[in-house]
Amino acid sequence: MPDSTLVGLHHEEQHHPELLHHFAEPQQQRDAASLGMWVFLATEVMFFGGLFCAYLIYRRWYFGDFGAASKTLNATLGATNTAVLICSSLTVVLAVWAAKTARRTLLLVSLGITLLLGLAFLGIKGVEYKDKFVEHHVPGASFSFDKVPLPGHPGQYANPRHAQIFFSLYFIMTGLHALHMIIGLGLFLWLLIMAWKGRFTPEYNTPVEIGGLYWHFVDIIWIYLFPLLYLIDRHP
Amino acid sequence: MLNNFPLWPEQASTMAGHVDALYIFLLIVTGMMTLLIFTCLIFFAARFRHRPGVRAEQIEGSIPLEITWSVIPFIVFMVIFVWGAAVYFKERTPPSGAAEVYVVAKQWMWKLEHAEGQREINELHVPVGRDVKMIMTSQDVIHSFFVPAFRMKQDVLPGRYTVAWFRATKPGVYHLFCAEYCGTQHSGMVGSVVVMQPAQYEAWMNGGSTGPLSATGEKLFAELGCSTCHRADAQGRGPNLQGVFGKPVQLEDGRTVTADENYVRECILDPGGKRVKGFQPIMPTFQGLVSEEQLNALVAYIKSISADNSGAVGKTIKATAGTAAPSVQIQSSTQPKAQTNAQPNGSQVQ
Amino acid sequence: MSMPTTIPQPVERENYLNKEYGVWSWLLTTDHKRIALLYLVSITFFFFVGGFFALLMRLELLTPAGDLVQADTYNKLFTMHGMIMVFFFLIPSIPAVLGNFLVPLMVGARDLAFPRINLLSWYLYIIGGVMMMHCMLTGGVDTGWTFYAPFSTNFTNTKIVEAGLAIFVAGFSSILTGLNFVVTIHRMRAPGMTWSRLPLFIWAHYATSIIQLLGTPVIAVTIVLVAAERALHLGIFDPKLGGDPVLFQHLFWFYSHPAVYIMILPAMGVVTEIIACFSRKRIFGYSFVAFSSIAIAVFGFLVWAHHMFVAGISIYSALVFSFLSYAVAVPSAIKVFNWTATLYKGSIHYDAPMLYAFGFLGLFTMGGLTGLFLAALGINVHVTDTYFIVAHFHYIMVGGAVMGYLGGMHFWWPKISGRLYPEGWARLAALIVFIGFNLTFFPQFLLGYMGMPRRYYDYSHMPEFQVLNVLSTAGATVLGVGYLLPMVYFLWSMRYGKPASDNPWNAAGLEWKTASPPPTFNFDEEPVVTWEAYNYEELDAPHKREVPVAR
Repeated sequence: MPDSTLVGLHHEEQHHPELLHHFAEPQQQRDAASLGMWVFLATEVMFFGGLFCAYLIYRRWYFGDFGAASKTLNATLGATNTAVLICSSLTVVLAVWAAKTARRTLLLVSLGITLLLGLAFLGIKGVEYKDKFVEHHVPGASFSFDKVPLPGHPGQYANPRHAQIFFSLYFIMTGLHALHMIIGLGLFLWLLIMAWKGRFTPEYNTPVEIGGLYWHFVDIIWIYLFPLLYLIDRHP
Repeated sequence: MLNNFPLWPEQASTMAGHVDALYIFLLIVTGMMTLLIFTCLIFFAARFRHRPGVRAEQIEGSIPLEITWSVIPFIVFMVIFVWGAAVYFKERTPPSGAAEVYVVAKQWMWKLEHAEGQREINELHVPVGRDVKMIMTSQDVIHSFFVPAFRMKQDVLPGRYTVAWFRATKPGVYHLFCAEYCGTQHSGMVGSVVVMQPAQYEAWMNGGSTGPLSATGEKLFAELGCSTCHRADAQGRGPNLQGVFGKPVQLEDGRTVTADENYVRECILDPGGKRVKGFQPIMPTFQGLVSEEQLNALVAYIKSISADNSGAVGKTIKATAGTAAPSVQIQSSTQPKAQTNAQPNGSQVQ
Repeated sequence: MSMPTTIPQPVERENYLNKEYGVWSWLLTTDHKRIALLYLVSITFFFFVGGFFALLMRLELLTPAGDLVQADTYNKLFTMHGMIMVFFFLIPSIPAVLGNFLVPLMVGARDLAFPRINLLSWYLYIIGGVMMMHCMLTGGVDTGWTFYAPFSTNFTNTKIVEAGLAIFVAGFSSILTGLNFVVTIHRMRAPGMTWSRLPLFIWAHYATSIIQLLGTPVIAVTIVLVAAERALHLGIFDPKLGGDPVLFQHLFWFYSHPAVYIMILPAMGVVTEIIACFSRKRIFGYSFVAFSSIAIAVFGFLVWAHHMFVAGISIYSALVFSFLSYAVAVPSAIKVFNWTATLYKGSIHYDAPMLYAFGFLGLFTMGGLTGLFLAALGINVHVTDTYFIVAHFHYIMVGGAVMGYLGGMHFWWPKISGRLYPEGWARLAALIVFIGFNLTFFPQFLLGYMGMPRRYYDYSHMPEFQVLNVLSTAGATVLGVGYLLPMVYFLWSMRYGKPASDNPWNAAGLEWKTASPPPTFNFDEEPVVTWEAYNYEELDAPHKREVPVAR
């Protein structure tokens, strides 16, 4: 942390090398970082909130068409991805605990598994996107949604224009979620390198903690996306 | 008195008086508030200016005062709110039996069509003392129909109808503006509303009518093949449309909607969306096949076949709408009325 | 108050300005005070760019015919004027310059909680600004700053995506500033600096930050939707494809209405400090002023659809939004009454900052009261989208926010630069701005009620509007001079101004208890606060008068 070299005359006492110059004590720095992440997540909630709002309005307007479009998504892959993310949340919790209790091997392994699970999620998502592309369900000039039955209305077909709105929202929401996953992967790669260098100690592990907060948040967004996009019209 | 005041817009509709009354009330109320605050500011600033040796007196605050100046303004605000809402409800509720004018806005002109079939561009002729209801839609972007002298404004949206109404009280020529920014020639999308004495209006109306809009709609109804399914008996594959307009309709999905202009429009463009209970989804969409003007004609026709039952809807401005209307070419573009020679007496653009 | 004699300073102390020199010591600084100055320079640039466009518009409107510029050019002028003034001047103005400089000083911290994020936020602002300038120089945008769909998504052929991205990036700059303030105010207060001892400037910035944090992401996602819609024709806002253009307006105003409070709340904070100092009094009803800021921030999120009373929303939702709009007027009224009451039995000085504060009070009162007209449903139908609304929001944003900003710049200039500005010129400028402003915008209220629609470049069909337009243009010229003056004498004072003492106004607040300009880490010793806010009683006590503040 280059800033710590700037520490001037105002500090008499020796302090932890990771303590930035403008904080009085490590606890204050930890609290600030953690509050900062929580506040940032609040803005993220609003970011996705606008999309959820648009989704809810159009779902109400085009109830059946959204159901029909939702049914064409691959719920098995979606469910697999949900499981993958929930497992990754577990490994993140383990990583935070390992960092706080100085278990270096567990920390490295947990971070590594988290990374792999994150990559697996993106891989599965990529397969789904490819399927949608092949089926011409990507909105745009080549979009086609002909003769897809409307759930609960035998003999009737979904309106392709309204299905296109569903898929637009599907791609924007899952796309922005995937972007957050990619950012999360970068974050965790950095954490892995730092952990490898032995930078995290029971006294200093805030990056792992707030990185974990971010990861959990991205998981939670998916927990909402999955039922809204995949499950709205599945019946046993 | 107000009409002679050079900084005041002309009052030419029944709503103008209501809006102006509230506006004057607000001018008085806010004027008093401003006076109160400015008097205090100036008085305190002068009275308590710094004098050597005199120190400020520290005052912590006062809960009773805080409550006073929260509650009293709030009560005043509520009076304004209720009054404003009452005026708004009048502005937004077209009286039944109003004459109807269909408006299609596009970049950058107003196309208006009377229920009798008179077509105009950027100019609207109406008689004094008659309720006129505007049923408006846009072909492209959002516009806004604004007649300052009537204190009337309503955004005109693509893809749906919005409604506004007025009753002119004074013959004259008044500005018509597009008030929602709509692109390059936004400031050129202006026109005028010509308010005429009923007799002059009759004369104007009789020159060059193309037959009532509902007749155009009826012809279209047959040409597009609507009438093969929507028959005037119970045998058709589609619902019988006689007397439907303005009534509640039971939908297939259990909901009930009122058959208003927007519902008829939606059914033509997206027949599967709000299907009537008991009918098969066999109607094709007419999205892209009918123009906004043709849609208006169809809506007017469907209204007219309900008007026989309830005289309230679909009245035309002229009681004796041209019955022997010359047939009109549906595809032909709208023609503005060439002459507007029936100018009312001595009225100028203000 | 007459300027106290300056304390002679034979050797200039080390401070944040002279500690390091060189371009990189500025461009890579993490010092909140230097970042504030970086912001000051950048927003001043954008202010004059936006102001230039405004002047061109006023010149066009001098005559009814469209004879100075083409319609397209005029449309781009008001679009770029709006976008630059809103996103690149008003929203960052007080928070990013004065807030950045003062929040750590006022709470007694060495810096903001995340100095590098603070620098990042300036770079994001600059990237957004460069994109906006690039967009402007290569064609610009003609949608109005509100870029309503479907005009923006399907019809205009100007660079809406690039402008949107510029606003998106600048929005993140705003979010990061807000985040830094919230964390700093929560976690970095000096010992003894309790919430009830915080200056009201801090309360105002806290409320502002909440809006920045919760509102900005919504405009960000709206821009994403517009860009996607424009690139791929998805149909989200396009009625031809089943979308809803009114949804765009809801999403847009959900941010853009609270954004008005991002602009005005910090100005209220500034004015509160100035009024307390120059009437030598504790603010009347401290906690009411503090919580009214929070109330404005909260209610501000619930009134967005009052921009849409004629847009085709249902009359019942219009009713609710009208009611809530009156509710949000109450905390603003509370503030005005408390400021007025603070003057009572004060010992009032008429230095330039106080003149700006008086100007703020007058103009904000008029702007706020005309808001009552707009919130009244029946009148709104007539005056919305006319010059009435243009006048109203300029009274709030220019009369309110810019007056507050200039007042704050004068008040804290000695602290920022270590120099005194020329008082006589400053009073003259305050007067010119006030007169010029009223001359520009008051006629627009009359124009609006007469029915002149906004965003018209050519009013040759209604020449009766010309007289008022000429007045307005004349006022704009005066206003332009009023705005140029402070820039000139501030620059002049940096070299030729008299050195300022640590506390030239004998003002309360921790920022005055350190050197002018402050050292890099703000305080030589960590301050411990044992007094309430606005302790002017103690400051003016006779026995303490002449004692210089301990270093």
